[in-house]
Amino acid sequence: MRIKRAAVLTSALALSGCEISIFDPKGTIAAQDAQILVDSLAIMLAIVIPTLIAIVAFAWWYRAGNTRARYRPDFEYSGQIELVVWSIPALTVLLLAGVIWVGSHDLDPGAPIKGAGKPLTIQVVSLDWKWLFLYPDQKLASVNELVAPVGTPLRLELTSGSVMTAFFVPQWGSMIYTMNGMTSRLNLRADKAGDYYGEASQISGDGFADMHFKARAVSADDFAKWTQSAAGVPFDAAAYKELAKQGLANPALRPLAAPDLFSDIVTQKLPPGPGPKPSLRPPSVVN
Amino acid sequence: MLGKLTWDAIPFDQPIPLAAGAVVALAVLAVLIYITVKGWVPYLWREWITSVDHKRIGVMYVALAILMLMRGFIDAVMMRTQQAVAFRSNGYLPPEHFNQIFSAHGTIMIFFGAMPFMIGLMNFVVPLQLGVRDVAFPTLNSVSFWLTASGALLVNLSLVVGEFSRTGWLPFPPLSEMTYSPGVGVDYYCWALQISGVGTVLTGVNFVTTILKIRAPGMTYMRMPIFCWTALAANLLIVAAFPVLTATLAMLLLDRYLGFHFFTNTGGGNMMMFMNLIWAWGHPEVYILILPAFGVFSCVVPTFSGKPVFGYRSMVMATMAICLIAFMVWLHHFFTMGAGGDVNAIFGTMSAIIAVPTGVKIFNWLFTMYGGRVRFTVPMIWSVAFMITFTVGGLTGVLLAVPPADFMLHNSMFLVAHFHNVIVGGTVFGALAGMTYWFPKAFGFRLHEGWGRWSAYFTIAGFYVVFMPLYVVGLEGMTRRLQHYDVGAWRPWMMVSVFGVLLALVGIVLEIVTIYVSIRDRESLRDEVGDPWDGRTLEWSTASPPPEYNFAVLPHVDHEEYYWRIKQAAARSETLPEEPHYVDIEMPRNSATGFVAAFFATVMGFALIWHIWWMVGVAFVGAYATFVAFAWRDHEEHVIPAETVARNDHARRAARAKALKAYSPR
Ligand code: HEM
Ligand SMILES: [Cu+2]
Repeated sequence: MRIKRAAVLTSALALSGCEISIFDPKGTIAAQDAQILVDSLAIMLAIVIPTLIAIVAFAWWYRAGNTRARYRPDFEYSGQIELVVWSIPALTVLLLAGVIWVGSHDLDPGAPIKGAGKPLTIQVVSLDWKWLFLYPDQKLASVNELVAPVGTPLRLELTSGSVMTAFFVPQWGSMIYTMNGMTSRLNLRADKAGDYYGEASQISGDGFADMHFKARAVSADDFAKWTQSAAGVPFDAAAYKELAKQGLANPALRPLAAPDLFSDIVTQKLPPGPGPKPSLRPPSVVN
Repeated sequence: MLGKLTWDAIPFDQPIPLAAGAVVALAVLAVLIYITVKGWVPYLWREWITSVDHKRIGVMYVALAILMLMRGFIDAVMMRTQQAVAFRSNGYLPPEHFNQIFSAHGTIMIFFGAMPFMIGLMNFVVPLQLGVRDVAFPTLNSVSFWLTASGALLVNLSLVVGEFSRTGWLPFPPLSEMTYSPGVGVDYYCWALQISGVGTVLTGVNFVTTILKIRAPGMTYMRMPIFCWTALAANLLIVAAFPVLTATLAMLLLDRYLGFHFFTNTGGGNMMMFMNLIWAWGHPEVYILILPAFGVFSCVVPTFSGKPVFGYRSMVMATMAICLIAFMVWLHHFFTMGAGGDVNAIFGTMSAIIAVPTGVKIFNWLFTMYGGRVRFTVPMIWSVAFMITFTVGGLTGVLLAVPPADFMLHNSMFLVAHFHNVIVGGTVFGALAGMTYWFPKAFGFRLHEGWGRWSAYFTIAGFYVVFMPLYVVGLEGMTRRLQHYDVGAWRPWMMVSVFGVLLALVGIVLEIVTIYVSIRDRESLRDEVGDPWDGRTLEWSTASPPPEYNFAVLPHVDHEEYYWRIKQAAARSETLPEEPHYVDIEMPRNSATGFVAAFFATVMGFALIWHIWWMVGVAFVGAYATFVAFAWRDHEEHVIPAETVARNDHARRAARAKALKAYSPR
């Protein structure tokens, strides 16, 4: 494990050149998510900023030492103020509820999105502590590297080969849980070529911090070239079982030899990963 | 003989926890020896450990909470420093240790810091504000406290014997199942919370009964101080929500101990069920934490503004609305499960709706200050800081309740910033405001203003410097619970954040100094009269500290602002109300039940964690026998003769009469 760690570190260094901020979206879903975030923030700031100012102003003006402030020790009720006090937050929330309602439906992760060309299906498997990306149509199995053509709708089917975690590429948009025995669906589209940061966003054990991956958006030509570059022993059930053991892994692209691998994982024909060996205090994974 | 327990359980190879554990153990031992040598044991046993007086129990709850908040803060220091140094390196905490720290931090802060603090304040204040002598079930109250302490002890024991959970403050399966967490960590977590959870439910039952059934004559619901309303709401939430937690953890334990398949990957288990159950408890829980704090501010702001709380009825309505809606929003904690547009939209909208009563409360405190004469004492500084901070935290909460925004921010540092923004800025500020406000009532002298003020400034500044950067890195895609990272953009913010920890540390040290200085100078800070802040509610009508029986005679409440009005009337006429007729008072006798039962519960928890089955049996029989012994006792009460009551009350009246001359009525 220690030896592997050194290799992984170098690949992680390469990764850190990736972009990441969610206010710099590079995919349609990320852009829309961010837009809704900004809109909701704006709606709320419209009432929150005056409130904050009023808190400071009232506290200051009505300080005990201020002789110019009028003391009204019996001012404890006012119908008009009560009305305003209830209706302002209520109206704000009404507006926000509209955003919530429309946004939840438009940006439902399962909802298909448009784009150039035929949608590309990618099957995502989270493992302890690496990501396996299967391209059933291209017959590819990629570890810790997700490559997608720019502009093509991506139809992601996700599951977990061990514990529950979440798949997230901040600049492409919406995260989603991965769970063993189940398939989650997520539709994304990368709109600009580049290397992006992908991560697991739900604690999954000791190797969690290393469970990130490179998400590459490339041109159609480059994608075609990439699909040709698969090398090494074909990836099959035996290879999967080996990969499913706890530990870290370097990016690798291999031809996929088992076309039903994903459904075998979901249906548990291939059992979930074994976890650590039983012991009181398991030894360090990463030194 | 000792189940899974062997010498391997002690982390001889890990210097940090071992040293930390040793230091704590030595400190505890030193304190115990000191107490014994000084001959304080009988006093402590008689006056505190076996006390069933709600005031004493309240003080013990707060003391436990402060201790645990400090333990949790040490965890926080370790996490922040680790993330400050673990950039392109492993830092100094390996993952299996780091993961224990964030799990212990959250567990300790929520269950043994924030909650006991709030329950402690409720214990101390609610009967006094209701104008009664005690809670409905005094001995049960003591049992609640000691069971909470038992849970806290188990969690801290895991530092040296075995390990703590590494799955976060909520043990999400399947990670927390035997397959993926074969150690005893999750068992420590579960049993500690099962034991303290019993205590919490009993507290809930106790306080709901007290507030609904035991109030001073004339104290109708609409005359109760807001703090009692928020206490009622919080305890209703406890009664309704905590059994859900207990059941959920019981199912997880069945999975782990007996091979059941509630939440496992295989055998038909379903982790989504756990998510739903735990958050069906979890969201009400956050309101259990915040509602009592709202109550504190509803006492502090009126007192120091010299006005009644603005919009009393609105406040009550808002409180009860929150209490109800708190059960209808749980799914906002897992929008990213992919439940579909309709489900997410409904829960998102409900979550936004809960912000309405919350906003109303902020506005009502605002208008309580309006037209007032605001005295910026330490509790008031906390209150204003709260109003500002909590408004920001509420905003980010509602932002997270917008599903598409949450798809980007779920489990990120932004989320971490949100909940610290509301829990520190709400619950902790409220706890400190409440502690400073009621300290003179509990001990008969005020806390030093000057030191307390600086403590508040540093703590508040520390809070902002620690957590505002976390919002930023959250927006930059940083997820929570990273033991190390390689993204350069996050680094500067982590450095700023760790600097904030330093400020907060100064704040905490100053708070300790405040307490030390106040004890040293207690004569000059003495509260002779029992009403040091010109208060408005009943607790300020009795002496500081109050006698065991709270009130010489129970007040006859005829108005929402009853005490304020008799105070003004007395000041105007320059005479105290007529001397009442004193009678004998019966008070419950002390009982060791709580302490002894909790002792057995601790042993049982420990034995269950380590699979020492014979010890489980012995401890269970012991705990049961304790209850039987308690149920069998004949003398339940002792009598305080009328002469004693009269003597005490004469002293109180004399002090009041003297103070009356200096008091100018409003
Ligand atoms: C204005 C009302 C509030 C709203 C709308 C709100 C909304 C939310 C949402 C949507 C989440 C989940 C975010 C996610 O996991 O992606 C969340 C998390 C959380 N909130 Fe709030 N919140 C509010 C107030 C509070 C208060 C008053 C507290 C406690 C005093 C609180 C404590 C927490 C905690 C502890 C979590 C995180 C739990 C975890 O994942 O570990 N919130 N809040
Ligand atoms: Cu919630």
